[in-house]
Amino acid sequence: MAGDLNTLTLHEAEERLARGACSSVELVQDLLGAIRERDGLIGGYLAVNEEDALKQARAADAARARGRRGALLGLPVAIKDVLNIRGEPCTCASRILRGYVSSYDATVVARLRAAGAILLGRTNMDEFAMGSSTEHSAYQLTRNPWNPDRVPGGSSGGSAAVVAADEALAALGSDTGGSIRQPAAFCGCVGLKPTYGRVSRYGLTAFASSLDQVGPMTKDVRDAARLLKVIAGRDPMDSTSLDEPVPDYESFFAEDLSGVCLGLPQEYFVGGLDTEVEKAVQEAIRLCEKLGARIVEIRLPHTRYAIATYYIIATAEASANLARFDGVRYGYRAADPRDPMDLYTRTRAEGFGAEVKRRIIFGAYVLSSGYYDAYYACAQKVRTLIRRDFHAAFERCDAILTPVTPTAAYRIGEKTANPLQMYLGDVFTVPTNLAGICGLAVPCGFTGEGLPIGLQVLGPAMGEPQILRVGYAYERAAGWGRRKPWRSGGAGPAKEAP
Amino acid sequence: MSGEKRTSDMVDVRYVARLARLQLTEEEIRSFEAQLAQVADYVRAIREPDVTGVEPTAHATAVRNVFREDEVRPGLDHETVMTNAPVQRDGLFLVPRIVE
Repeated sequence: MAGDLNTLTLHEAEERLARGACSSVELVQDLLGAIRERDGLIGGYLAVNEEDALKQARAADAARARGRRGALLGLPVAIKDVLNIRGEPCTCASRILRGYVSSYDATVVARLRAAGAILLGRTNMDEFAMGSSTEHSAYQLTRNPWNPDRVPGGSSGGSAAVVAADEALAALGSDTGGSIRQPAAFCGCVGLKPTYGRVSRYGLTAFASSLDQVGPMTKDVRDAARLLKVIAGRDPMDSTSLDEPVPDYESFFAEDLSGVCLGLPQEYFVGGLDTEVEKAVQEAIRLCEKLGARIVEIRLPHTRYAIATYYIIATAEASANLARFDGVRYGYRAADPRDPMDLYTRTRAEGFGAEVKRRIIFGAYVLSSGYYDAYYACAQKVRTLIRRDFHAAFERCDAILTPVTPTAAYRIGEKTANPLQMYLGDVFTVPTNLAGICGLAVPCGFTGEGLPIGLQVLGPAMGEPQILRVGYAYERAAGWGRRKPWRSGGAGPAKEAP
Repeated sequence: MSGEKRTSDMVDVRYVARLARLQLTEEEIRSFEAQLAQVADYVRAIREPDVTGVEPTAHATAVRNVFREDEVRPGLDHETVMTNAPVQRDGLFLVPRIVE
C-alpha cells in the first residue's frame, strides 16, 4: 500500500530528505506502491524498473549520508520514452523500435543523473510524439487520472498522467506543437515548453528538429523551475543549444505580480473556445490583475495560419527524420526481404503506425517536386510572420495569457477517426513552437464534470524567468494544485474503467 | 467540407509513398487519400497572407555557424553500435544483395 510520500512535490520531498524525515528508498518504495495500485488503470508507464530504481535510491541515500548534495539527489523522475537512457530500451511507443536498447544517455538524462535524480520509468506517448491524445501509442492506452474515459492528452500523455496520478514526483516530456502543455492541461499538472535551444535535444529522438524541445512536467511551478535549471544550458552535442547562462529561476518568484504587464491576444479568445474553458481563463486573468499585473490587449494577427504552417513544417521535417528507420542498423526489420527496396518499404509498413505513416506521406508530399514552393517554402515564410507577431507583442507586454486548449480532455476514441479535427485542437500551442518562444501550462480550474483546465503563459525567447514568475504567483493565489483526482471528487480512479 | 475535392488538393498517395519508401495497402491508400485531401485543403490557407519579400524561417533562433575545435574524440565503439543490428555477420550489417 502506498502512503503519502507519492503525493509530494519534488521540493517537498527534497525538504524531507534533507531533514532526514524520509529516505530515498522509502520515497521510491511508496511510488512503486502507488504505481502498482493505479497504473493498471492509468497505463502511464511503458516500463518501471523496480529493482534498478531501488538500487539508485540506495546509492542516493548512501551518497547523502556521506555528505553529498545535489539539486535532485534521491528524487525519482519519470522519463518520456522518446529520450535515450543508456542501457534501457527506447521505443518511442513504436513497433519499429521494439527491442532497441540505447547506447548512450540523452543530455537531459545525463544532467538528471549528475544532479542525483532517480530514473523511475519510461512513460507512454503517441508514437514518435505524433498525436495529441496518446491514442497513437503502438503499445497501450493511457487514461486520464481525472476520468478514465478521457484521453490524457498527448503526445506526452504518459508523463502527464503519472504526475497527475502521483505515480511520479515529476517527469520529462517533449513538445513539438504542444505535447508538454496540452497533456499537462488535460491532466491538471504544470508543463513547461522551454525556448528553442534552451535545453539540449541530444538523445531526444527527433520528430521535427526545428520545433522540438524537452521540458519538465510537474505538480507545481516551483518544481518546473527546479527541473528546468537542471536540464537547461549549452551542450556541445547540440549545436542549436544556446550559450546563455542558466539563472536560478526560483529567485524570480514573488507573491504578487506588480510591475508585470500581461498581454491578451484577441485571436485566442474566439469561436470554438469552450465556454467553461473561457470562463476559467478569464477568472485567472482577473486574479492576475488583482495580484498587481497590468493587462493589455495585443494582436497576433497570423494566429489563424499557425496550424497549417505547423503541419507543413512538422511533417516535412518528420518525413526526413524518420527516413533513418530502414531496418538496416537498428530497430525492426521485415522478414526475408527480396531486395533493399523491399527491405525498406516493408520494414516501414510493418513498423510504423497509421498516424506516423500519414505524416510521413504528407511531409514527403509537401517537399516533393512541384509542391515544395507552394507548401514548404511558403510555410517557412508564414512562420516568419508568426514570429514577427510575437516579437511585436512582446514589445508591449512581459508575458501573454491564453487558454492551453480550446476544450478540456475529450473522450477516448472521439477524435481518432478525423485527423484534421485532432490537429485543430493544437491551435493555441503550435504558434509557440513556430516562434521558438517559451510557454507554461498551469492548472486554472475545472469543468462542471471535474476535468482540469489549463492557463497558458507565453514568454519571449529566454523569457522563462517571467513566465515562471507569473505561473508561480497565479498558482499560489489560486490554489488549484491542491486538488487531487484521488481524494477530492475526481471522477476517475474511484470507479472502474469501462 | 464536401466530399468532392478539387483535384489540386489530391495527394497522390501511391506516388508519395514510393518516394517515402513506405508500402501501403489499398485500404490505407484510400483512407489516406481522403484524410490528406482534407488536410491539404485546410493548409492551402497559408497562401493567403502576403509574403512578398519575407525571409523564410528555417530555424527559430538566430544561431549561425556553430564551430568547435577539430579534435579527435572517442565515439561509440564498434561492438556497442552493432548491439542493435537486426542482422549482422562478422561485425557488419547484413542487407539483401544490392548488385547482381
